Amino acid sequence: MSTWGNTELLNKPGLPEPRPTELSKPFWEGCKQGELRVQQCQDCKGYVFTPEVACTHCLSDQLQWVSSSGKGTLYSYTVIHRPQRPEFEAPYVAVIIELSEGWHMLSNLLDCDPDNLTIGSPVQVEFVPRGEQVLPMFRLQS
Amino acid sequence: MTMTFSGKTAIAGIGATDFSKNSGRSTLRLAVEACEAAMKDAGVSADMIDGMITYTTDENHEIDLCRSLGVEKLTHFSRIHHSGGAACGTIHQAAMAVASGACNYCLVYRAFNERSEQRFGAGVQERPPTPTPMDVDFGWSSPFGLLTPASWVAMFASRYMHEYGATTEDFGRVSVAARRHAANNPNAHFYQKPITLEDHQNSRWIVKPLRLLDCCQETDGAQALLVTSVERARDLKGKPAVISAAAQGSCDDQQMMKSYYRKDISGLPEMELCADQLYRNAEITPGDIQAAILYDHFTAGVLPQLEAYGFCDRGEAKDFIKDGNIELGGRLPINTHGGQIGEAYLHGMNGIAEGVRLIRGDSCNQPQNVENVLVTSATAVPTSALILTQDS
Repeated sequence: MSTWGNTELLNKPGLPEPRPTELSKPFWEGCKQGELRVQQCQDCKGYVFTPEVACTHCLSDQLQWVSSSGKGTLYSYTVIHRPQRPEFEAPYVAVIIELSEGWHMLSNLLDCDPDNLTIGSPVQVEFVPRGEQVLPMFRLQS
Repeated sequence: MTMTFSGKTAIAGIGATDFSKNSGRSTLRLAVEACEAAMKDAGVSADMIDGMITYTTDENHEIDLCRSLGVEKLTHFSRIHHSGGAACGTIHQAAMAVASGACNYCLVYRAFNERSEQRFGAGVQERPPTPTPMDVDFGWSSPFGLLTPASWVAMFASRYMHEYGATTEDFGRVSVAARRHAANNPNAHFYQKPITLEDHQNSRWIVKPLRLLDCCQETDGAQALLVTSVERARDLKGKPAVISAAAQGSCDDQQMMKSYYRKDISGLPEMELCADQLYRNAEITPGDIQAAILYDHFTAGVLPQLEAYGFCDRGEAKDFIKDGNIELGGRLPINTHGGQIGEAYLHGMNGIAEGVRLIRGDSCNQPQNVENVLVTSATAVPTSALILTQDS
């Protein structure tokens, strides 16, 4: 069994879209340009996600949007059999990805066998349209 | 630092409605019925009540209850945040209010029709991400189809299984124990309906690794409790359940149900924070606790709670459970009423009432010689907990 390979399923009308704020706009703009962005503190070099106004490690206001490698590993996942919204075609896989820079984000795993997933497996970001936005999703790397 | 209210107050009355899937009446009426029952149980009259506390998520206003109950003067009213994490937090607040003199007889209540009206298990399906402060974090989860409490908790469960080698059978044993206890409880949804581990393993996936029988009951009903000083409680009808400690806890990078951005998500730091406060203030250790009510919205959350509250080491809960320790006659019988899996999901309040019954000695599954009972609130949210103790 595989899940969510084709982009039509992922862009059905009615699926929830992110609503960018002033703070998160650079992240979502990056997705539209095929770039996964994250805030990095220019003082302590720590990464901050989700977006913040100041560094959550040292309170510096010198946060800068930088480009992430887009590579990471599967940190945790759940196979959703009961999505609670008909627009989501079940089953599908929701994941926490640990990016190579060490920060975590939520996403989906594309085109995988949900019964054979291993935490720690390497993944790579891909960008998938969702209404007027673009979502970062991940694919297993062999 | 010692909390000055520790051991000064007690729960002197408990009262509940029936627990059902369709109450057929308003949540306000449920709240009033439960409060009346708690007042009668304690033997207090309306003119004695001067405090009321509930959850911020409760839709029933204190003033409406006061009118219905004939309460004339309230000197303290407040609410606690964070859904099921608020459960013991309401008692914590009541204990502080009573010990400080802000009020003397404080009703704590929770009422809802969360099966027949607003289904809790449905999560935020009808709540699209918006950039408002209350909803903004859903913008990072809802687009990826993480919409329900079960799915939020499943993410923690998967990582826990990966780190410690726990299996869905280990979750299943929590459910089997809850249903065995509920089978003896006439007020439980699953009265006389025990299950086997095989039943659990054959139940369908909801959000892997959680199956149907890992999930609690969406319930209509209400539970109320009455908190007063230990001295006043001694003059009332029943045996006081002394609140020897109560605490709240919220930790770094805390979110509602989705603290996924922490380096480690297999432990429960907010519960460790509660545990530390409880044991220090009650001046006891986990070894002094004979029974516990551990919040079981989903079975998987029970395992790290056993670890956070010090009944076994990190990663060893599966063995603790497999060895029968959470069963009647075991080291630490848990959820003797059947828990929220077997009795009802009253946002943790029915568990506090069971804690009181364990101290009184009249649980439907009463263990011998119960001196101290631990009661916890929800996992994966800012939380709370308390220890109830025999009056000396």
